[in-house]
Amino acid sequence: MATEKAIDTHTGLFSRYALDHCYDEMFDASSAPRPPYEALYRRLLELSPSDLSQRQQNADSAFLHQGVTFTVYGDEQGTERIFPYDLLPRIITAREWETIERGLIQRVTALNLFLKDIYQEERILKEGIVPRHLVYSAQHYRREMLGVRPRKDIYVSVAGSDLVRLPDGRFAVLEDNLRVPSGVSYMLTNRQIIKRVFPELFTNYAVRPIDHYGQSLLATLRSLAPTDRADPTIVLLTPGVFNSAYFEHTFLARQMGIELVEGRDLIVHDNIVYMRTTAGLRRVDVIYRRVDDDFIDPLAFRPDSRLGVPGLFNAYRAGNVSILNAIGTGVADDKAMYAYVPAIIRFYLDQDPILPNVETYLLSNPADRAYVLENLDKLVVKAVGESGGYGMLIGPHSTVSQRDAFRQRIQAEPRNYIAQPTLALSRAPNFINNRIDSRHVDLRPYVLCGESFTVVPGGLTRVALRKGSLVVNSSQGGGSKDTWVLAD
Amino acid sequence: MLSRVADSAYWMSRYLERAEHTARLGDVCLGLTLDRSSDTVRRLRGAVGAPPVGYGVAPLALGESITEDRLNQTIIACVAAARENARQVREQISTEMWEQLNRIYLSVRQTNSPGSSSFYTSVKEAAHLFQGLTDSTMIHTEGWHYIQIGRSIERAGATATTLEVLFGDAAAQDGAGGIGAYISWTALLRSCSAFEAYCQRYTADVRPERVAEFLLLSADFPRSVRFAVETVEASLRSVARSLGRSSSGRVERFAGRWRASLDYSQIDEIIAESLQSYLQGIRRQCEQVHSALYQTYINYELESAIAS
Repeated sequence: MATEKAIDTHTGLFSRYALDHCYDEMFDASSAPRPPYEALYRRLLELSPSDLSQRQQNADSAFLHQGVTFTVYGDEQGTERIFPYDLLPRIITAREWETIERGLIQRVTALNLFLKDIYQEERILKEGIVPRHLVYSAQHYRREMLGVRPRKDIYVSVAGSDLVRLPDGRFAVLEDNLRVPSGVSYMLTNRQIIKRVFPELFTNYAVRPIDHYGQSLLATLRSLAPTDRADPTIVLLTPGVFNSAYFEHTFLARQMGIELVEGRDLIVHDNIVYMRTTAGLRRVDVIYRRVDDDFIDPLAFRPDSRLGVPGLFNAYRAGNVSILNAIGTGVADDKAMYAYVPAIIRFYLDQDPILPNVETYLLSNPADRAYVLENLDKLVVKAVGESGGYGMLIGPHSTVSQRDAFRQRIQAEPRNYIAQPTLALSRAPNFINNRIDSRHVDLRPYVLCGESFTVVPGGLTRVALRKGSLVVNSSQGGGSKDTWVLAD
Repeated sequence: MLSRVADSAYWMSRYLERAEHTARLGDVCLGLTLDRSSDTVRRLRGAVGAPPVGYGVAPLALGESITEDRLNQTIIACVAAARENARQVREQISTEMWEQLNRIYLSVRQTNSPGSSSFYTSVKEAAHLFQGLTDSTMIHTEGWHYIQIGRSIERAGATATTLEVLFGDAAAQDGAGGIGAYISWTALLRSCSAFEAYCQRYTADVRPERVAEFLLLSADFPRSVRFAVETVEASLRSVARSLGRSSSGRVERFAGRWRASLDYSQIDEIIAESLQSYLQGIRRQCEQVHSALYQTYINYELESAIAS
């Protein structure tokens, strides 16, 4: 590891701020603030720690009172928790954003073509670009979707890919979330809160607005309604109040002005979906579902699901209702499939990927497996079907017994795991313990794909709050901060 | 409006009303204990409503007497159930209402003195504040009316139950006359927040038939059964109007018939006939209106709904 050096030219708030081989979002290698951060830096030097902690308290109490909370699974005690919020914005320049936006649109376009292909023609499998067994053995591949045609052949209409910034300053894709990506309510709430607690800073920057996300999402959903429905009824399907993202579901339903429904509110009769209202049954045309495939219809998928709607899949297959994202999109965000995304982009679009992938070892591949098992202490191992930071081994921070456990699991089921080099995620300044210190961050922008693409300029910057930690997931002690994309 | 949302709004309101009623009972019992009227306390606690299922309070065993602990657990469970229902309709109620209910919940869960007068007072005040916020921050459409209906049905039932458990007690003591009976009657009035209102109407001359008349048939006192039933009927009419129907059908007929009978009832006739069975009749009618409401708007038969 490169030696750490404190920014000795800085005093006070920044006295412990360290730079090393990781990319620092705020300071360049000579420890001078990068141009977009200059105004923020100057403003921070004018503020005392007590000023900042006063603002932090204001922000925290705003979250508390609004009840912006999430649920931690497996935690018997307080089931609802506040999502930790950091005061200092993360800034992305117009040029950087331009690349991110083009890269994401390219990626989602290719992934939609890939999903259409594997559920309709299987061209990419016949040509041997993606191994057939990898598709068929993917946990979220849905054989039931073969031959089903979603409206306009759009499978993924809401995507949330996780980006990281590498030491050379480039953004790379760490993983794709193509099923039910969450976190957008925090993106929107973070913006509201920073406007309240840091108004003077906000006015010094030309920050592109993100408030139209709800409206854009609604337009996207409407554009994918079944053809013959003039004024479609759109609903958001939630698993219910015990789901970790329930706050987000109520938030989005309110933003869009649509009904928030649970499975038990819906019934299917003659392949038509209705919701039970006090005025009688009302036909439903578009379902923005935040329920996983497995639970959406007990007749088609898991029979023990009580969150779903019996018969929904048949109504969908009959074209009487649109479900977004489509069923079976998880095959494309499988962590093993991820390694093939650059090839998928080349195959369908005949273009080079604009946003690179992170180097990935497939453990079903014997040569990769041998290398990974030799080097478990240097690599990050992930279970392919998991998300939310569960089922991960971070080699450099692991114990011998953890590595042994993973070695056994990998040997038992190699298809279930991938490995990646331990990334030097970029770091951004955070206000922690009355001082400004740096923590690793990633970025999850949200891509909407309907009639056209909308990438709301911003995203959720997640922060690994524990010093040195690389895990940013909210379920694993991560926090978030507002993300400013500059207009320039 | 989704039927489930109507259901949650209705129960949110019922459970909060139950918590408030129970807190009032608890507070009155506290005063009675100081007056050494333990028999009245025992009976009065019998008017505690059923705790919601699944909030850590076991159903009452046959013949089991209600302890102060149980009463406090019931308050906490009712507040938790009200909040849980509110969470399910969070996008429908106002932010102020949600935040207030959240605050009540956090405070009853964290309290280290359940059973103190300040505990009961805080629950009562918090419920009143919630009601005020409901009236002044929520749009008065369908959802608001289900909240009114839930509160009023709960109130009518609770008033009838309280009358029933204490009337026997007070009547028995009446023979002995004197101070014991007076304390029981005023306890009854206080447990319905009716003592001062009663005095304004009838002076402090507390007589059984007047107490019963006031709590059952007063047109102007907000906790009387008649007042509650009038509210239910009016809200049912408003719900029908907001849905573009001419009436709420069967449930409105039940409520209307009941309201009319209360309008024209005479307390001396009720007592001559049997107050006990009249009070049981009120509980039956609460149940009837409740299930007719569910059949009309919430749990209706799908077959008939598909046909229409």
